Amino acid sequence: MTSPARLELDPEVVRKARALARRAAAPVVSIAKRHTTVSVERATLRLAGLSGADHERVPWVNHLVTAVREQVGLEHGVTTPVYDALLRGEAADLATLAQMASSGNVSFRLPTGREEKAAQRAATRGVSLGLKRIDAARRTRERLVNRLGDPRQKPWIYLIVATGDIYEDIPQAQAAAREGADVIAVIRSTGQSLLDYVPEGATREGFAGTYATQENFRLMRAALDDVSKELGRYVRLTNYASGLCMPEIATLAGMERLDMMLNDSMYGILFRDINPIRTFVDQRFSRQIHARAGIIINTGEDNYLTTADAVEAAHTVTVSQLLNERFAKEAGLEDWQLGLGHAFEINPDVPDSFRLELAHAMLARQLFPKAPLKWMPPTKHMTGDVFRGYLLDGFFNLVGAMTGQGILLVGMMTEAVVTPFLSDRDLALQNVRYVMNAASGLTEDFHPPRDGFIQTRARQVLGEAVDLLERIVHDSDPAGDPPLLAAIADGTFGLMKRPATAGKGLDGVVERAPGYHNPAIAELDAWAPDRAQRHTAAAAKGARR
Amino acid sequence: MTGSIVRPYGDTTGDGMVQLSFTLPVPHDKRAEGAALQLARKMGLEPALLVHAKAMGPDFTFFVVYGSVTHLVDLDEVQVIEREYPLLSAKDANTAIRKLLRRKLVVVGACIGTDAHTVGIDAILNIKGFAGEKGLEYYREIKVVNLGAQVLVPDLVARARAEKADAVLVSQVVTQKDAHIHNTTQMSAAFREAYPAGQVPILVVGGPRFEEGSAATLGVDRIFGRGTTPGEVASYLVHEIATRKGRS
Repeated sequence: MTSPARLELDPEVVRKARALARRAAAPVVSIAKRHTTVSVERATLRLAGLSGADHERVPWVNHLVTAVREQVGLEHGVTTPVYDALLRGEAADLATLAQMASSGNVSFRLPTGREEKAAQRAATRGVSLGLKRIDAARRTRERLVNRLGDPRQKPWIYLIVATGDIYEDIPQAQAAAREGADVIAVIRSTGQSLLDYVPEGATREGFAGTYATQENFRLMRAALDDVSKELGRYVRLTNYASGLCMPEIATLAGMERLDMMLNDSMYGILFRDINPIRTFVDQRFSRQIHARAGIIINTGEDNYLTTADAVEAAHTVTVSQLLNERFAKEAGLEDWQLGLGHAFEINPDVPDSFRLELAHAMLARQLFPKAPLKWMPPTKHMTGDVFRGYLLDGFFNLVGAMTGQGILLVGMMTEAVVTPFLSDRDLALQNVRYVMNAASGLTEDFHPPRDGFIQTRARQVLGEAVDLLERIVHDSDPAGDPPLLAAIADGTFGLMKRPATAGKGLDGVVERAPGYHNPAIAELDAWAPDRAQRHTAAAAKGARR
Repeated sequence: MTGSIVRPYGDTTGDGMVQLSFTLPVPHDKRAEGAALQLARKMGLEPALLVHAKAMGPDFTFFVVYGSVTHLVDLDEVQVIEREYPLLSAKDANTAIRKLLRRKLVVVGACIGTDAHTVGIDAILNIKGFAGEKGLEYYREIKVVNLGAQVLVPDLVARARAEKADAVLVSQVVTQKDAHIHNTTQMSAAFREAYPAGQVPILVVGGPRFEEGSAATLGVDRIFGRGTTPGEVASYLVHEIATRKGRS
């Protein structure tokens, strides 16, 4: 993606913003590297091929991690004692071992010396199968994109389905693709982010969304492959790597070839009250998987604007984007994988609200020129007046078209009223198509003057973002936590106070021992995107042809 | 037009004009348009004017219909629950609380169940408020404890007891398969169990999907619907506390 520079931002200020984000993130990354979580360990077992659940639908990975934790702890990683048990002949394979462990019939130990090395070698072999599967899925995607092609227009049109029943979702998603959707997002059941396990199998019961399960991923991806072939363009699939099972869901998504995942660095902490350490540890693993899998992440900056005033809090979006970018880069994600979020949430009664929206959208576009920004529609000021809402969505689409956004989440006039009718989706897509068709060329003509309202506002927001980042890196608390954690604890973000010693999922955090071994993390840390880039470059060459 | 009978107003008194849009699961052709008109007639639109029909995929057609409804509205038969308490300004509410309690009024708020959407509870509680009105945090005489989203009922009860809450506000925005009803009845039952009779805090639920008038069935004292402002909630709490004081 190329985007002509239109705002005159001081490159020194931009450099400073990035440097501050790096400084804020560094100590948190180091905490992430010193801890593991139950979900990271379960994800590692999933990579090694353990799947399925008992008759009460408790996954085998949960059973095995719990059993190992009770007997020898997790601070050395789950795989060493697990593969040691396999090498000692306790069971023929992981599934049998997990079943036996769930009824207390395996005794685990921490092997030492030669036996420890043997167990770690076996674990590395086991886990590499899962990573190979993720690599294969990435190559398949590249091949399909190569053959079928990307959407013909930018931004890509992103539509949501959310019935709760995967077998209802499938025809709806296919219909949405036929109507023009380039990306299908399957909203998750509202409770899922706080479940400390991943449900199993195809599911038909969800609340305001459908459970993310490996089988649901597989079914939907297969259905979208069918419709992609029919339409002659590759239709992408999105789900959510957030909540307590981020690492596992990222892993399943990588293996089942999902194309995008919602994955924000701080959303779970601030909006779901998940423990900060748990979040940052889980997030780093999930982002390393996303990097390897060639998945585009979507970050959640829209949430800051729905809970705070979109004008006053505009700079918090920029700060979050910079932090998300930093954490993502550290985990190996590349620019093209950063669907940094922002949203059209300014109160339409505010004078010049449209000009302010344009300024904010252009600022994001210019700060992250190579990232496929995700542009989110109005929700907070959708009142139930569907006619006014349709107009608001039109203006939202216009900002998206004029500022070259990468991914456009289609706004529904029934936002805050009902789940969209078939006709609402059709009308919403007509709205998008009309605006794109009529105005997307405006990116070429639209150059706001240097000292005009828009440029001045964009520079102001960037300045406020730098000030806030300064405050964050100088924050402190009595416990001596890293400044970013102190800032999260004292309510710097969205007025929500989230101390590092509280929040859901804290009991699943374990400090690593000196001998900690996790073959997945070892391989992911050593992996560089260069190898994958060869594929991407080849794919790009193919697409040009 | 005399007295209490009215009809919808298009551009002339008494014309009865309404607009309507809907989708039928049939391919777009002459028969589909006839079907749309038949539905309009059965809904009381006579004459009905089909102004727009558009195929949505091979199996569905979307229609816009304008027409005059034959139905009459009798205003005398309309039943609504009128607000039974006076609307107070923040200042008056503060004064009333000081007089009634001689201490701060404690409000504990939360979204319960799987609902993660705090827009409702935040609109009422956060200083920022809603519709130009400041939220309850702004009231000097109200102490607000906002527990946020996905709070478990036992945690809510425990916190309400620890804070000696006078009122508990629960929001349910996103719901499916009547989850808001199950969650609310579960919540009110838990409070009745945890407190001696007559000492349960004022239980208030809010959300767009609750039916007005179902408070008793749900075991709560009051339901607030879409568009409720913080001032209405504060005024109600003052009124209810005064009533309870009068009773004891």
